[in-house]
Amino acid sequence: MRCGDFKETYIQDEEIFQSLFVKFWLCLLFLFLLAFPFMANAYLLYMANMIGFAIIGAVGLNLLTGFTGQISLGHAAFLGVGAYTSAILVTRLGFSFWLSIPCAGLVAALAGLIIGIPSLRVKGLYLCIATLAAQFIFEFIFTRWESMTKGITGIHIPPPTIFGFAFKTEKDFYWITLFFVVLAVGYARNLIRSRTGRAFIAIRDRDLSAEIIGINLFRYKLSAFAISSFYAGVAGALWMTFLKVVTPDHFPFILSIQYLAMIIVGGLGSVLGSIFGAIFITMTPELLNYLSEIVKAIAPGHEEIFVPMKEVIFGVLIVFFLIFEPRGLAEIWNRIKVFFRLWPFSY
Amino acid sequence: MDILIQVVITGLATGGLYGLIALGFVLIYKATSVLNLAMGEFMTLGAFVCFTILTQIKAPFYLALLLTLAAAILLGIVVERLVLRPLIGEPIISVIMVTIGLGVILKGLIYMIWTPTFRNFPEIFPPEPLDLSFAVVPSGLWWGFVFAIIGTTAFLLIFKFSRTGVAMRAVASDQQAALSMGISVRWVFAIAWCFGAMAAVIGGIVIGNISGISVYMGDIGLKVLAVIILGGLDSIGGAILAGFIIGILENLTGLYIDPLVGGGAKDVAPFFILVFILMIRPYGLFGKQLIERV
Repeated sequence: MRCGDFKETYIQDEEIFQSLFVKFWLCLLFLFLLAFPFMANAYLLYMANMIGFAIIGAVGLNLLTGFTGQISLGHAAFLGVGAYTSAILVTRLGFSFWLSIPCAGLVAALAGLIIGIPSLRVKGLYLCIATLAAQFIFEFIFTRWESMTKGITGIHIPPPTIFGFAFKTEKDFYWITLFFVVLAVGYARNLIRSRTGRAFIAIRDRDLSAEIIGINLFRYKLSAFAISSFYAGVAGALWMTFLKVVTPDHFPFILSIQYLAMIIVGGLGSVLGSIFGAIFITMTPELLNYLSEIVKAIAPGHEEIFVPMKEVIFGVLIVFFLIFEPRGLAEIWNRIKVFFRLWPFSY
Repeated sequence: MDILIQVVITGLATGGLYGLIALGFVLIYKATSVLNLAMGEFMTLGAFVCFTILTQIKAPFYLALLLTLAAAILLGIVVERLVLRPLIGEPIISVIMVTIGLGVILKGLIYMIWTPTFRNFPEIFPPEPLDLSFAVVPSGLWWGFVFAIIGTTAFLLIFKFSRTGVAMRAVASDQQAALSMGISVRWVFAIAWCFGAMAAVIGGIVIGNISGISVYMGDIGLKVLAVIILGGLDSIGGAILAGFIIGILENLTGLYIDPLVGGGAKDVAPFFILVFILMIRPYGLFGKQLIERV
């Protein structure tokens, strides 16, 4: 019996769906995702949508931080740029939702390019501070450019329609989310095995060596910023269309930290990891809400402790994973797979 | 004209505080090459601890200050030992993220212990404002400035003349050499974190005294990033000078730009300055020009 996973050509090594086994389970997963809205209630569908937006955003950030090694503390700002672009295009200029999504991505990508420019001169610590500054500057713009963003009152966004059918409920919107998530994950998975993706990884591992072997740092670093922000823009636009109103409060600094937490907990430099992380970080507060309900029933008056608990747990997760499991949930998943691959005769 | 002088004076006083907090950043960065993004939360924690000692135990201010400084030393040691030491040698993104995570944890804990209510600090300084004949400095700012200057000078003297300070400078310039001269690098790291935490705590108490304390006062810690970038990440003198510059610029923005955009520009001004400096002179005014260009 063939034991283990052998690859004999580079083409095999590069395949996205590496074995029959993987293809089978992916098909099953896809069938489950298609059947999901018919089984789930509104709350579960709401959560599924939120996870979907988080996946798109986290995959984008992972392309930048995990694969290219450029840390960004301003991801929430790009979500905001995308959300506002889409909202303004739909409400002011009468764009259809479908056209506004790629436009939102493009405008966010442009913003990402501008923020990415310092990455050509400074790196590491300095880049991190530059993106942090961008976060606060964009927050300021969202709040103060009232003629465009309507400030803190926010913009109301009509539900998207196609051929007269309006996507009003969580269930309807689930299809839109699923479509974009599949597109986003599929593109990222393809990108990282292409020339561009390999260039990203080379830049992360050692930028000087990358430049010497002929990678144009200028081009690839900026394209990493642009692609990552494009993802963020799309995620932000979808998210805000789903919530039907966009206000500056949706894009605080803590959201950027949450996205970083997702990719750190999930696994830096792993598309699968971003998905795990997005699910994990989105579900954690819900779990805490659930716990607080229980506490409320048993000992009323003590449930307020769960409000800040959310932040503490984010922090603890970040610190814990960085110290004890730097490669994240994806690595744990790998270990489990490896364990069962040869099980029960692992020696 | 009067208002301009007034604003500049206020800016100078605020700048002194920024300089003190920036000093905390620089002390840690110089010795350990870690940028501690949880500095703001260190500040908040210090302010709350001092507040609790003052109001619950009703201790006199100097005792409360000493106890808070002791708490800061404890905080510094615990953080260095538990969180930062396992990450020595890890990529920079891990180290930055761990301090952010730490900040988030501290913020949540402060929220849990003290609730998010905004509180006024008990009066610890004599309330009379300082009258300079051409401008008036409110008591909180004036005393805060005095504290900042005392704190800064003390740290500078320790850094320059004491044995510990010399060891810290040795570690900052070359860890291997320092090790071979018998300096315990671990000990120096711990000391650096203690000093950083102490600077933050003093800053927190003074700022709490000026504008009240709440969970969110730690956001000032992020504004101070502009100060340390302008001054140069590893320059103590630069941090102090840049503190004054940013303090004045921020208050001038408050005076001239805020009416144009409807407020809020004052708080975001340091970040605009930050981006500008990073574009033209990333190593700041006095920083080592050793930035790896790419």
